[in-house]
Amino acid sequence: MKYLPLIWGTLWRKKTRTIFTLLSIVIAFLLYGVLQTVDYAFENPSVGVDGADKLITTNKFSITLLLPFSYGQQIRSVPGIAHVTWMTWFGAYYQESKNFIFAMPIDADSYFSVYRKEFIIDAGQMAAFRKDRQGALVDVALMKKFGWKIGDKLPLHSTIWTQRTNGSLDWTFDIVGSFDARDPTEASQHSSSVFFHYDLFDEGRSFGKGQVGWFEESVDDPAQSAAVSRKIDAVFANSPNETKTQPAKDFTIAFIKQLGDIGFVLHAILAAVFFTLLFLTGNTMMQSVRERIPELAVLKTLGFTDSRILGLVIGESLLLCVFAAVVGLALSYLLMPIVKHGLEGIDLSHGAQPAGVGLAVLLALIVGLPPAVRAMRLNVVDALMDKR
Amino acid sequence: MFKQLFAVSLMSLRTLPQRWGASSVIVIGIAGVVAVLVSVLAMAAGFRHTLADSGRADRIIILRRGSDAELNSNLTRGDIDTIENAAGLKKDAAGRAVLSNEVITVVNIPKLDTGTDSNVTLRGVGLQVLKVRPELTIIEGRMFRPGVRELIAGAGAAKQFRGLTVGSVLHMRNADWTVTGIFTSHGDVHESEVLADVDTVGSAIERTANYSSAVGLLTDAAAFDRFKDALTTDPQLKVDVEREPDYYAAQAKELTKIITIVGNTVAVIMAIGAMFGALNTMYSAVDARGLEIATLRAIGFGAAPVLLSVMIEALVLSFLGGALGGGLAWLFFNGHSVSTLGAFAQVVFQLTVTRTLLIEGVLWACVIGVLGGLFPALRAARLPVAEALRAA
Repeated sequence: MKYLPLIWGTLWRKKTRTIFTLLSIVIAFLLYGVLQTVDYAFENPSVGVDGADKLITTNKFSITLLLPFSYGQQIRSVPGIAHVTWMTWFGAYYQESKNFIFAMPIDADSYFSVYRKEFIIDAGQMAAFRKDRQGALVDVALMKKFGWKIGDKLPLHSTIWTQRTNGSLDWTFDIVGSFDARDPTEASQHSSSVFFHYDLFDEGRSFGKGQVGWFEESVDDPAQSAAVSRKIDAVFANSPNETKTQPAKDFTIAFIKQLGDIGFVLHAILAAVFFTLLFLTGNTMMQSVRERIPELAVLKTLGFTDSRILGLVIGESLLLCVFAAVVGLALSYLLMPIVKHGLEGIDLSHGAQPAGVGLAVLLALIVGLPPAVRAMRLNVVDALMDKR
Repeated sequence: MFKQLFAVSLMSLRTLPQRWGASSVIVIGIAGVVAVLVSVLAMAAGFRHTLADSGRADRIIILRRGSDAELNSNLTRGDIDTIENAAGLKKDAAGRAVLSNEVITVVNIPKLDTGTDSNVTLRGVGLQVLKVRPELTIIEGRMFRPGVRELIAGAGAAKQFRGLTVGSVLHMRNADWTVTGIFTSHGDVHESEVLADVDTVGSAIERTANYSSAVGLLTDAAAFDRFKDALTTDPQLKVDVEREPDYYAAQAKELTKIITIVGNTVAVIMAIGAMFGALNTMYSAVDARGLEIATLRAIGFGAAPVLLSVMIEALVLSFLGGALGGGLAWLFFNGHSVSTLGAFAQVVFQLTVTRTLLIEGVLWACVIGVLGGLFPALRAARLPVAEALRAA
C-alpha cells in the first residue's frame, strides 16, 4: 500500500496516453457490463414471484394448434396438481399493428388461483371485474401509455378471432380496473397485458369454440414439477392431441433459444472487444516500462528487490485496468434503464458487474506480466547506461 | 505543396515498420470494430435478403382482412372460388387459375445442434404450387404426392432441423409422414419450411375447406391494382391483397431494425474505444518522429504537409484495419447458416457480407482514423522547431 503514490505517479507520467488507455478500458468494460447482463437475462429468464411451481401444457405437435377444453378436467385430476387454468392467444393490437397488446382471455377464478401472488389488484376493482362480463383489467403502465381511465371503452383488434355475431375482428371491452406486478423487476413483463373474460371470448368467437390455446397449472410441490409434467403428458399419450407439459421456466428458455444463439453472438462481440483491448493496453504498458528503464534501474540501485520491481509494474497495470474497469462497469449499471427500455419484458435485475472486476484483474495480469518480467530482469549497469 | 506532401508522407510510411508495435494498435483496434459491425449487420442483411427474395412483383398473397400474417388468417373454400375467378389472375394452358390455396401451421421439430424443439412452418400447398412458384426446384428425391402423407423439406430447414432427410419418417399427430425430397427456391423464406399437399395437411390438423392464405400469379405486375380492386370491393369477400415482396418486407422489418440498431450501437461504442487507441498510437508516432518532423520543418517543409502526412498515416493504418476486419468477418461468417424466430416460425438464413457492408466497414474505419489522427497531426504541425531540435 505504501507504494500506491509511487505507482499512481508513474501512471500519470504520460498523461494523454494514460487517459486514452483508461478511456478505452472504460468503454470495453461498459460494453462488457451491458452485454453480460443482457446475456444473463436471456439465459435465466424470470418466471414470476411464484413461478417455481408453474407448468405449461401445450399441443405437442404444434404450439398454434388448440387443445380440447375438456383436458382441463383431466389435468386437474392428475395427482400433484393444485390448480389449472386455460388461455388462448388473442393476437391483439390497439388502433395500429405496432401497438401490440398482450390481451389474454382468462377464467378469473382459476387464473387467480394459479397466480395467487403475481399481481396487486384493488379488491373493489377485482370484484367489479368478476361481475362485468365485458370487463377488462389493464396493466397500470399500459393505462398510462395510452391515457386510458377506468370506465373507458377499450377497442382491440384481434388478428385471429372473428366475432360470431358480425364476423368482425374488432372487440370492445370495458376497463374496470388495473393491475400491477407485485415484484417491480417483473413489471416490464406485463407492460402490455390486458385480461378479459374467457366466457365472453368463447361465446363470442365464430370458430374454435370449446378449444383452448394452452393450460397453465400450479403444482403442490415444486420439486415434483418434472414428474407431474410427465404424468400429464401420459394421460394424453397416443390421442390426436398429445400434450407437451413443461415447467414455466423451461418453456420460456426454450422459446428464447428459438431466437437463436444470442449468447454466442454476445460472447463473440466481447471476445473481439477484449482481444483488441489486450493489444491496446499491452502496448501502453510496454511503452511505459520501456521509457522508464533508467528510472527502474535507479530504483534497483537504491535497493529495490527484483520481486518488488515486478510488483510495482504489475501494480501499475492492476491500478490502470481495475480503476478503469470499475468506472466502465459503474457506467454500464447506470445505462441499464435505457437497455431495459429497449428490451421490453426482459428482467435485467442481475448485475454482471462483480465478475467484470475479476476479468479486469486477469487483463491486468496478462498485459502487466511481460513488461514486469522485463523490468525485473533489468541489468542495472546496462540499464543505467541506456539513455532511453 | 503536393511534392512536399508526397515526400513527407512517403517518409512517414516508410518508417512505419519501425513503429509497428504501436501502429498495430490502430490496425487491430479498428479491425475489431469493423469485424463486429460487418458480422452483425451481415445477419440483418442475410435475414432481409431471405425474406426479400421470397417475392416477385407479379405474385400476390391474399389473407383475411385485418389478419396481418398467414398464421392468423382464415379463408373459406368459397373465398378461394371467388379469388380464382377474379380478373387479372393468370390462367394456365388448361384455363385453371395459377393460384395455390395454402394452410400454414407450425410444427415442433428439434434443432440439429441443440436438440431443442423449434417452430418449423408446415405449409400445405395447392396443386398449382409449381406454377405459382416456378423457382421451386427439387434437388434431391422427388415431389410429394397429393393425398398421401408425404412432404418435401426446404434446403435451409434440412440443414437446421432433425430428421429432414430424404426417406426419413416424421411422426406427427399420430401419423407417419415420409420426407420424399429436398427443395431450393432461390434461397427464399420457403427454404426454411416443409411443404406438403394442402388437403392432407388440412385433414391432419382438422382444418378442411378452410385455408390460411392464397398465393397466385398475376397476368403481369401491372394487373395488381385491377385485381386488388376486384377483390376488395366485393362485399362478399373480406380480404387483404398484397404484393408478395411487400408482404415479406413487412415481415422482415421489425427484426432487421432491431439487429441494425443493436449492431450500430455496439459498433459506435467500440469505435469510440478504438478512437482512443488510435489517438494513443498517433500521439506516440508524432513523439517518436519529433526530431524528424522538426528537421523537415527546419529545412523548409510547411506545416500543412506535415499535418497531412500524419493524417495520411492514420488513414492508411485505419484503412488496413477496416480491410482486415471486413475480411475476417467475410472469412468466418459469410454464408454461415443460422435460424431465428420470425413472427412465430423459424426462418433459416445465411449471414451475408455484402459489398455495401464491406464499404460501410471501411468507411467507419476511415472516420475513426481521421478522428484519431487529427489532434496528433495538429500537434505535429505546431511542434516548436527549435525546441524539438534542441531536445534531441
